[in-house]
Amino acid sequence: MEEKKNNIITVKNLDISFKTTAGMVHAIRGVNIELERGTTAAIVGESGSGKSVTMKAAMGILDKNAIVNSGEINFTYADEEGKEQTVDILKQDKKWIRKNINGRQIAMVFQDPMTSLDPTMTIGKQIMEGMIWHYKTPKEEAYKKAVELLEEVGIEEPEKRMKNYPHQLSGGMRQRVVIAIALACNPKLLICDEPTTALDVTIQAKIIELIRKVQRERGISVIYITHDLGVVAKVADYVYVMYAGKIVEKGLINEIYYEPKHPYTWGLLSAMPDLETYDDRLYSIPGSPPNLLHEKVGDAFSPRNKFALVIDDKKEPPMFKVTETHYAATWLLDPRAPKVDMPKELAERIERMKKGAENYDSLKE
Amino acid sequence: MTALKNEAPLLEVSHLKQYFKVSNSFTVKAVDDVSFQIYKGETYGLVGESGSGKSTIGRAVIRLYDPTAGQITFEGMDITKKKLDKGTRTTLRHDMQMIFQDPMASLNPRKKVEDIIGEGLDIHHSYSSMAERNEKIKAILKKVGLAPELGSRYPHQFSGGQRQRVGIARALIMNPKLIIADECISALDVSIQAQVVNLMKDIQEETGTALLFIAHDLSMVKYISDRIGVLHLGHLLETGTTDEIFNNPVHPYTRALLSAIPAPNPIVEKRRIALEYNYKTSGIDYNKGTSHLVGGTHYVSCTDEEFLKWTNTHQFDQFMTSKRGTYSEAQEYYMPKDGE
Repeated sequence: MEEKKNNIITVKNLDISFKTTAGMVHAIRGVNIELERGTTAAIVGESGSGKSVTMKAAMGILDKNAIVNSGEINFTYADEEGKEQTVDILKQDKKWIRKNINGRQIAMVFQDPMTSLDPTMTIGKQIMEGMIWHYKTPKEEAYKKAVELLEEVGIEEPEKRMKNYPHQLSGGMRQRVVIAIALACNPKLLICDEPTTALDVTIQAKIIELIRKVQRERGISVIYITHDLGVVAKVADYVYVMYAGKIVEKGLINEIYYEPKHPYTWGLLSAMPDLETYDDRLYSIPGSPPNLLHEKVGDAFSPRNKFALVIDDKKEPPMFKVTETHYAATWLLDPRAPKVDMPKELAERIERMKKGAENYDSLKE
Repeated sequence: MTALKNEAPLLEVSHLKQYFKVSNSFTVKAVDDVSFQIYKGETYGLVGESGSGKSTIGRAVIRLYDPTAGQITFEGMDITKKKLDKGTRTTLRHDMQMIFQDPMASLNPRKKVEDIIGEGLDIHHSYSSMAERNEKIKAILKKVGLAPELGSRYPHQFSGGQRQRVGIARALIMNPKLIIADECISALDVSIQAQVVNLMKDIQEETGTALLFIAHDLSMVKYISDRIGVLHLGHLLETGTTDEIFNNPVHPYTRALLSAIPAPNPIVEKRRIALEYNYKTSGIDYNKGTSHLVGGTHYVSCTDEEFLKWTNTHQFDQFMTSKRGTYSEAQEYYMPKDGE
């Protein structure tokens, strides 16, 4: 139980469906996520795998047609008197979450800074808004704090910028403003939903550096939602790989990158062209992500999996334990299954990556 | 690609300028003095951040814009004139095709896929009977990996990857000599991106079509391109074969761009800091730069002084160390590479 105490958020057995005109879409099918205080987790998956829905549930901002079938999301925080509290976010009503959790405890950075900022409000006002609403901060003080925040996120001449409207800023600057807004109420957990997908590589590098800096200085926990494995490699301590509403593999970052066990993770890693690839063909996962409207018996990934076993179409694989921290949901890990190794090309690449890491170490010293 | 160097280029862009007049006192110089060539059957990758003018170049080449100055030659024909004569225009519309970024926005939602693909054939009367037309459409659908029966469906009934395949089929059916792919994979999922890129490579091998591949994702560009051009603020800063650019980036912007790509290697990435580049504080003036030969087909645009400074690796090392303290990021580029 000692371990539990240190978790800032624990998602247990989350199961969510969406009611649509075409029928029920079973989007989240039993997700478990834990995040220790002060660490960074990344949720990786393709679009439609349910990574954003999981985090929206944690923020209490699910769409109206969502139905939570089961599960709990336990969030631990210190209340106004400094007493530690644990609440199940799914059981609270929206108003309470709005007042006590959103912004104050959990803040979110969205993908597209163009749509997440209000075009009719100056950025200064948008940063101050949360502080005034949550803490009843006097205006002058809020203004001062907003300027400091803009400085913290690396915007030059913050006082001048306070009066600017979002359309007067570049994409990278806008995302910095969004981060400043998220930080305004001192949240303990920052959820970044594809924070850099809409940005260029050079700006992406800067924004990630900024989030890391903020995390270091404030000691907050961060959850990244992304499909870019390069970004994940840069930031995460712990990685969850999601496919069709389920976590298919989870583990420490080095375990996922150097010893992946699930065929889907193999596919994701191989599909990413690294700069040392000289192969003629890029590895690709055949087929496309499943339509969750029609639920499939057994493993949802089996139609795209060239290592699929007969049992994959009959029964869903449980989470097999690889190490204390590393789990994967694939029948290939069952002792009765034939021994299958990861594709040769991937094994070679991982070898190369390890060597690169060693070289890097020796160079640095 | 060396054998091709003796041939006349398929497309030659020289000193292309594309300005957009916003008001009487303000003109956006989207593309400023850009020159490059594309040879038959090769892939030229244009990379740069948003606003660097890479899409503008693509659109100017296919003549969606009237270029402000400069010359574009396609197969020996000058296609820069404001009014193209009918013959030139027909050849141009026939032999040059474009694949757009967002397949949902670029396909007519009210048309069946077979009609979208066949539209080019209809316009150019490239068939003698309906049966021939349908045969052609079926063959092209097969080629891009879609079942021919899917032709009678509408775009919204397809997934993102399939839609982009339709976009490719639509471009391919005219048997073009040059395809301009404008960010054609950025809107797709990672696993689907690889599928589409592989498909484009296969098709290129089979048909020998040249490809102008416009993208901001350098790792994909590296994978598909024979030669690369790096754009920034409308200027072509560096161009050369993929190996030349990736193994010996000369321009600071190219270096920053390369170092910004995160590699899927957590041990390295956790500690690596990407190089920074800021045009305003770098003291570089793109307008003053002239083309300098680094070696082979590798050119960089800069002044004589800058050229000396950048190609002298020792100075580059010093420059970087002084900027960054004890740890020299520059060394990263001189790390022993595997198999060398």
